Amino acid sequence: MTITVYISQDTTAVAVGAERVATAFVQAALNAELNYTLVRNGSRGAFGLEPLIEIEMGAQGRLAFGPVSVADVPSLVTAITVGGYERHSNYLGPVSTIPWLENQTRITFKRCGEGAPTDLANYRALGGYRGLEHALTLSPQAIVDEIKVSGLRGRGGAAFPTGIKWQTVLDAQGEQKYIVCNADEGDSGTFADRLLMEADPYQLIEGMTISGLAVGATKGFIYLRSEYPRAQKMLERAIDVAMAEGYLGADLCRSGQRFELEVRMGAGSYICGEETALLNSLEGKRGVVRAKPPLPAIEGLFGKPTVVNNVLTLASVSSILADGGAEYARHGVDRSKGTMPLQLAGNTKNGGLVEVPFGVSLTIVINEWGGGTRSGRPVRAVQVGGPLGAYLSSDQLDVPLTYEALAGLGGMLGHGGIVVFDDTVDMAKQAHFAMDFCAKESCGKCTPCRIGAVRGREVLERVVDSTASSNDLILLRELCETMEQASLCAMGGLTPLPVKSAMDNFPEDFGVIDNQYEVAACTV
Amino acid sequence: MLSNHSLPVKAMKASVEKTVEQTAAKHAVSQGGLLPCLHEIQAELGYIPNAHLENIATAFSLSTAEVHGVVTFYHDFRTSPSAPQSIQICCAEACQASGSRELEAGVAGVLGVEFDETHPTDNYRLERVYCLGNCACGPSVRINDDVYGRVDLASLPQLVTEAVQS
Ligand SMILES: Cc1cc2nc3c(=O)[nH]c(=O)nc-3n(C[C@H](O)[C@H](O)[C@H](O)COP(=O)(O)O)c2cc1C
Ligand code: SF4
Ligand code: FES
Repeated sequence: MTITVYISQDTTAVAVGAERVATAFVQAALNAELNYTLVRNGSRGAFGLEPLIEIEMGAQGRLAFGPVSVADVPSLVTAITVGGYERHSNYLGPVSTIPWLENQTRITFKRCGEGAPTDLANYRALGGYRGLEHALTLSPQAIVDEIKVSGLRGRGGAAFPTGIKWQTVLDAQGEQKYIVCNADEGDSGTFADRLLMEADPYQLIEGMTISGLAVGATKGFIYLRSEYPRAQKMLERAIDVAMAEGYLGADLCRSGQRFELEVRMGAGSYICGEETALLNSLEGKRGVVRAKPPLPAIEGLFGKPTVVNNVLTLASVSSILADGGAEYARHGVDRSKGTMPLQLAGNTKNGGLVEVPFGVSLTIVINEWGGGTRSGRPVRAVQVGGPLGAYLSSDQLDVPLTYEALAGLGGMLGHGGIVVFDDTVDMAKQAHFAMDFCAKESCGKCTPCRIGAVRGREVLERVVDSTASSNDLILLRELCETMEQASLCAMGGLTPLPVKSAMDNFPEDFGVIDNQYEVAACTV
Repeated sequence: MLSNHSLPVKAMKASVEKTVEQTAAKHAVSQGGLLPCLHEIQAELGYIPNAHLENIATAFSLSTAEVHGVVTFYHDFRTSPSAPQSIQICCAEACQASGSRELEAGVAGVLGVEFDETHPTDNYRLERVYCLGNCACGPSVRINDDVYGRVDLASLPQLVTEAVQS
């Protein structure tokens, strides 16, 4: 009987011990004279179950064990060798029946965790490169039309329709055009880009290649944050393999078409996730935001027409071209089409990647997938959509997760991060952090953000120190309004979102020395 | 040896300049090559020497002020020598939700080094970082290129002992 053992090499899996578990497994298997092949796969994103060991034995399919500690390994190996694994304390059953995974609708993340991330033959065997093969039979306009049919909107945060963006670049005149993948993933509470790049890098490469064919671009850059060294290694290896196998290069798939790809590292700047700051950074400049217009689609990288899309947007493209835009659009609701890879993080028992059709309610994600808080205390606040997203209170959690519904609550879905806080959180401190972060990461181009965030931080320092007056809160609201209305980009424009939602939804945390908060709030 | 004690220093200075010049020349030919160039210089030398920004500027046909502007814009780049190793504590929201505020407040006491300073004996620098993409299993700490999850003040010293090379 051949036995294949899968242990993940994903950042989070390793962060909770997968490397030590793999070493222990090798040792225990040696002692037990077990014959097996070890595959270091990517993660499926069920981080509550990591370190996860999957074992493929004969006809049983893949069996899951987790979360496995080093101490569990010897008995696990014995159970496999001698029998009785069904009774092992880590046994979860066949991978396909783990509820956490089974109840998801995995399209973009369907291959993650299946095999070794840079194994191209495995990628192909699992349906990879079908999208590119289809795209090579289509005209550029037909590819763009397929994306329009899918209803795909950008997954980076702004949710702009991808088909329309591509159309603009296709229609733009230019000898040289570029595809830029935004892999800056700066939002706290998000890791879907990282997980995908570490587990299924070819899907992104394929999506970018299709994008190149669609708009007539021959060169792509992946702008990757420097906090992701594992993703860097994985992408660079995958690009080398794709190049060697003819999936990238001067004559890809012998089609006569050219597409080349390069990974460029960021240097620890949140604002470089904003697309125009990112383009400046790629050009070797300070990551300062550019005024729009001109749109990057018209004058982007080095002044040329450029597609800038998030990792998940570009990865989705490969399945849309493989299975059709209409198939993708079957999922989701309203103008939120397809699936959304949510990322459950913070104080949650079972965090990780939850890919579901748009419209699932937040409370279901937090309770049924997350299993409540890790601390066991009640949920008090949930920040959805990253550092620029709103803090929701526990009575707002039945909101369906769509772009429209979140906007209706004055929040945003953004890149899909969900950060759970228990009742020990001090919301004034969270509001202070939001202003502090904006002050630290502002590119400095416009005054409302550069100065406003510093003033906002000062006021919130007084709130946190319990020395604020009701006038301070009035001042804070005015600052927020100025930032919202007069900032050049969403950094300054949206920082008021977490601040104001914290004040509105948790007024009890914003006590003032003259106890006039109620009055203050009413007069604004 | 003693009478020649300034020689190695001179030789070192010369080799620093050579590293900068060679790296800059290599990257100046690629479009937007300044960031990759700065990354490589910092990886080689541990910092980007202010004294040689001019060499970089020349290679890229920029002014020294422009290069200085770029170097100082990005949090990753340093212009003074630093320890070769680093410990980064994630201080962003998802980690705050799982306990990083306590870690942030207590780490200096536990490790004996302040943020943005180099440990007196252990050859690493302590830094804050804002998200390592390990937000489902925070608080997160990065030691050199490895990320650790669910770290608290009790588990940190042992981790550091194991992961930091003395
Ligand atoms: C402050 C700020 C930070 C951003 N960070 C990111 C990021 O890390 N990743 C990302 O894909 N988009 C980010 N965006 C959104 C980008 O500007 C842009 O909308 C996106 O890359 C477009 O790709 P999409 O249409 O595929 O979403 C950020 C925007 C702002 C204002
Ligand atoms: S809002 Fe802030 S980050 Fe955006 S352009 Fe203005 S100063 Fe720069
Ligand atoms: S917030 Fe700490 S790892 Fe993401």
